[in-house]
Amino acid sequence: MTTMDRLVGAGVDRIDGPAKVRGTAPYAYEQDPGEPIAHLAVVQSTVNRGRISRLDPSRAEALPGVLAVLTPANAPRLGKGLASDLPVLQSLDVHYQGQVVAAVVAETSEIAKAAVGAIAVGYDAEPPDVALSPDREDLYAPEKLMAGFATDSIIGDVDGALAAAVVSIDATYETPTQHHNPIEMHTSMARWDGDSLTLWDADQGPHNIVNDLVTGFGLDAGQVRVISPYVGGAFGSKAFTHPNQMLAAMAARVVGRTVVYELTRQQMFSLVGHRTPTIQRLRLGADPEGRLTAISHEVVEHTARIAEFAEQTATPTRVLYAAPHRRTTHRLARLDVPPPTIMRAPGETPGMFALESAMDELAVVLGLDPVELRIRNEPERDPERDLPWSTRNLVECLRTGAERFGWAGRDLRPGVRTEGRWLVGTGVASATYPTRRRKAQCRISVDGAGRYVVEIDGSDIGTGAWTALTQIAADALGTDMASVELRIGDSRLPFAGGAGGSTGLASWGTAIVFTARDLRKQLDEQHGGQPPAGGLSVDGELPGESPHAKTHSMHAYGAHFVEVRVDRDSGEVRVPRATSVYDAGTIVNAKTARSQLLGGFSMGVSMALHEGSVTDERYGHYVNHDLAEYHVATNADIGEIDISWLDVDDQLANPIGLKGIGEIGITGAAAAVANAYWHATRLRIRDLPITPDKYFRELGES
Amino acid sequence: MREFRYERAADPAAAVALLAAAPDGAFLGGGTNLVDLMKLGVATPDVLVDVRELTSREVADLPDGGLRIGAGVPNADLAADRRVRERFPVLAQALLAGASGQLRNRATTGGNLLQRTRCGYFTDVTKPCNKRSPGSGCGALEGVHRNHAILGQTIAGSDDPATCVTTHPSDMAVAMVALDAVVRVLGPDGEREIPIAELHRLPGSDPSRDTTLRHGELVTAIDVPALGMPSRYRKVRDRASFAFALVSVAAALDVRDGVVRDVRLALGGVAHKPWRASAAEYVLRGMPATEASFAAAVESELEAATPLRDNAFKVPMARNVVVRTLLDLAGRDTERELA
Ligand SMILES: Cc1cc2nc3c(=O)[nH]c(=O)nc-3n(C[C@H](O)[C@H](O)[C@H](O)COP(=O)(O)OP(=O)(O)OC[C@H]3O[C@@H](n4cnc5c(N)ncnc54)[C@H](O)[C@@H]3O)c2cc1C
Ligand code: SF4
Repeated sequence: MTTMDRLVGAGVDRIDGPAKVRGTAPYAYEQDPGEPIAHLAVVQSTVNRGRISRLDPSRAEALPGVLAVLTPANAPRLGKGLASDLPVLQSLDVHYQGQVVAAVVAETSEIAKAAVGAIAVGYDAEPPDVALSPDREDLYAPEKLMAGFATDSIIGDVDGALAAAVVSIDATYETPTQHHNPIEMHTSMARWDGDSLTLWDADQGPHNIVNDLVTGFGLDAGQVRVISPYVGGAFGSKAFTHPNQMLAAMAARVVGRTVVYELTRQQMFSLVGHRTPTIQRLRLGADPEGRLTAISHEVVEHTARIAEFAEQTATPTRVLYAAPHRRTTHRLARLDVPPPTIMRAPGETPGMFALESAMDELAVVLGLDPVELRIRNEPERDPERDLPWSTRNLVECLRTGAERFGWAGRDLRPGVRTEGRWLVGTGVASATYPTRRRKAQCRISVDGAGRYVVEIDGSDIGTGAWTALTQIAADALGTDMASVELRIGDSRLPFAGGAGGSTGLASWGTAIVFTARDLRKQLDEQHGGQPPAGGLSVDGELPGESPHAKTHSMHAYGAHFVEVRVDRDSGEVRVPRATSVYDAGTIVNAKTARSQLLGGFSMGVSMALHEGSVTDERYGHYVNHDLAEYHVATNADIGEIDISWLDVDDQLANPIGLKGIGEIGITGAAAAVANAYWHATRLRIRDLPITPDKYFRELGES
Repeated sequence: MREFRYERAADPAAAVALLAAAPDGAFLGGGTNLVDLMKLGVATPDVLVDVRELTSREVADLPDGGLRIGAGVPNADLAADRRVRERFPVLAQALLAGASGQLRNRATTGGNLLQRTRCGYFTDVTKPCNKRSPGSGCGALEGVHRNHAILGQTIAGSDDPATCVTTHPSDMAVAMVALDAVVRVLGPDGEREIPIAELHRLPGSDPSRDTTLRHGELVTAIDVPALGMPSRYRKVRDRASFAFALVSVAAALDVRDGVVRDVRLALGGVAHKPWRASAAEYVLRGMPATEASFAAAVESELEAATPLRDNAFKVPMARNVVVRTLLDLAGRDTERELA
């Protein structure tokens, strides 16, 4: 490793921890704008498709304490160029259930909510079209996928190779709609000073939000300031602008006062995005030794009628295993649903469930250890881009994980181990996630006493980035953490992209390293290595992708080993223990990284066993739209999880050598659970989540 | 959410009088169910009469070895009560299987008994529901009903005002039904006692009514008579904690010399009320305490099941967990346990 890692790697406590634990860290809702705050509440459409035919605000307007009722009839016009569901209250047309059709601003949130109940809305509605199916005739191929990936990839003669394969499997897997549900509800507090807008907001990157406000309200970038240093979880729902930011800003302008809008938990199921459901057909062909000859991964998923979001579900299949003949495709159905969005490892999370389940099924047909099957298909180069890897240690993750978990000697037969009434099994799956970085700017200032201020519009959504960046900065500046004050979460700070795509530390951290190098160089060359009495300030920039990104394929990897127990009377599932080993390059903070990887894996268990937004196709809504009914894994569902990482780094990716850890933990996790479930029960459940009712369905008892 | 008045009363009689004068009013216990429903617009009381501090928070011994549980006793306190844990493990276990620690601290015995269904159409005022809005139809019958009832529903078509296929969500109430508890009530016309099996009702032709209580009747206490046999509660749910029952079983079994002398069996998650499995009990008394008799008994109970499109799994699930729970209880020696 490089010489700079004095603090990098250490398990430093979160610098924002004490303030959060004491409740003194102000989240968006808790900001003090210096004047009484007005509250906003919304009326949401009860139909998925149609037009508002009647909307009478007069009873609500007459209620004492109501400041304004905004409707499509009177809402200020927003600028052209807003996409998706951001042109809020600009038209009578309804595109999804839960769309905001009116908003009340009142002195208190109670009054606002009471007034919402006094607004009657009528619709000319058409029946909702919300059912995803691979048989729909209107499936279409998007021009490209999220993050710029190609829609399809076809190499060789897949159908011929499948037909000729000695061993093959052909199976269809389904993942449901999921909702992010961070603990902190999306919240936006807006205040206008003349034509300048300040928005305290729960988001994953203030700069991401600024542009839409500029477009919507016809402002210059300098007239908008978005502030969000503390964010209570996000998972992708807070990456982009949603109707809440537009509404708060619009309402504040109308009433001439600070307005706050905090979503209710129920509204989190319609206004801030979701993960698309997927239907994925996997076909694998192999020779008798288990070497893949063909891989085909065909994805059907949905998007909204008003916005195209094409999740890159089959992209992990393009890199994970070697095979001469290969095909990945994505087809979309445009439905009357709210716009889907990114959710922790978009693409890899649903895609790896299908691919890694299919690999397990293939291992079963071959009678081969599923770890060995994966090792036999390790590609020397990126199998589709035909490039060398920057670094790739998947095999070592599998071997190390097998060792730590106690995999050796595992009986391949399913349904033969019991402990009391529990059926016991074990399963494995790989993990992978792309390594990328993005443009970021940074300013570092030093005063005469050698105290540094590092400014960058990065974002800590609970990940520990604030702390890890401070470690990176301290090392890069050759100082200790106490001498570095890091400022993040404010669009007035130098530009940075949001927290997403596991690019945060790679982008912001690299910008900090570059800027720090500049500063030190200037100090050395012009000031004899000492900060001048009047201080010094340096602006720096990371232009974007690694120069090696075009010549090397860069990814993080991992392997999950899971034990599953299934109650043979009830079909209840438990995951008492798991081992995950990662190749994620340099680990910057051993403590917060472990939490990230643990959280990612737990979210994968949650996906495997619990999560799913259930649609009523007649009424077109998500029936279980609260946390009592949308089940997320509880503490009691998560057993002993052994997290570790290989001592590796990736210098081609960035000078810190890190690959990003926000998403790798969830990828593959659900497949490992489902594979272990099969090993415990002989039952292969291909549609998540694996709830107890499916046990009886597979047994043919219901 | 509708604006409401909040009232406290000097004593239970005054609380009853307050509510008698307020046809749209409601008693407030811990508020963990009622306040949620008010926020959703499902419950729209104009007056809340807070009875949490008014009803007894005591658990008192009854002469026969039973207990009188004040309606104000928090779920957490009741579950922790040494007498409850020793004499009525089924009740302590049922309480601990419900909700979360925070909710159990806040929730009261009276409120738990009278909590309302979790049906997703009931809790969403934009969808049809005969229970919430009589005559609007039943959204669940042909909708999302994986966790709905398999017994005693009223199935007369989605648009029929009588249709309701939901379940009662309380775990505690299932145990209380198995224990033959008696609900003590104070109403405008004075006190009365209601055997708990007669408190909750099936939807019949009026799904809007969960219970046989009349408006303004205050639950003051629940009497649990002595049991005299080992008991336990088994709950099956979608996750390990903090989820309502798919199926639950409250059972007590008295086996002497390998023969079932007495048995109590109630099922949760299967009907509009806690389901006393009287048919199974009848079949079992006097039978050898074997897996075969347990299976035969529960099957006789479940013969009446009329599962919906997506909840037929509850039949084998209920059968399995009843048999397993009875086997667990049979493996224990009543006389030694009670000695
Ligand atoms: C997320 C979540 C998960 C839950 N999980 C479970 C679970 O798994 N199992 C389970 O059993 N429960 C569960 N619960 C429900 C919980 O047990 C109930 O909300 C609680 O027991 C209700 O008690 P309370 O005192 O708060 O009632 P309140 O909400 O105050 O009242 C409930 C009803 O009872 C009436 N009432 C209250 N006291 C009296 C009285 N003395 N006389 C007459 N009427 C009265 C009220 O008017 C109201 O109609 C869960 C709740 C939540 C929110
Ligand atoms: S099952 Fe009962 S509670 Fe649910 S929608 Fe039907 S009538 Fe309402």
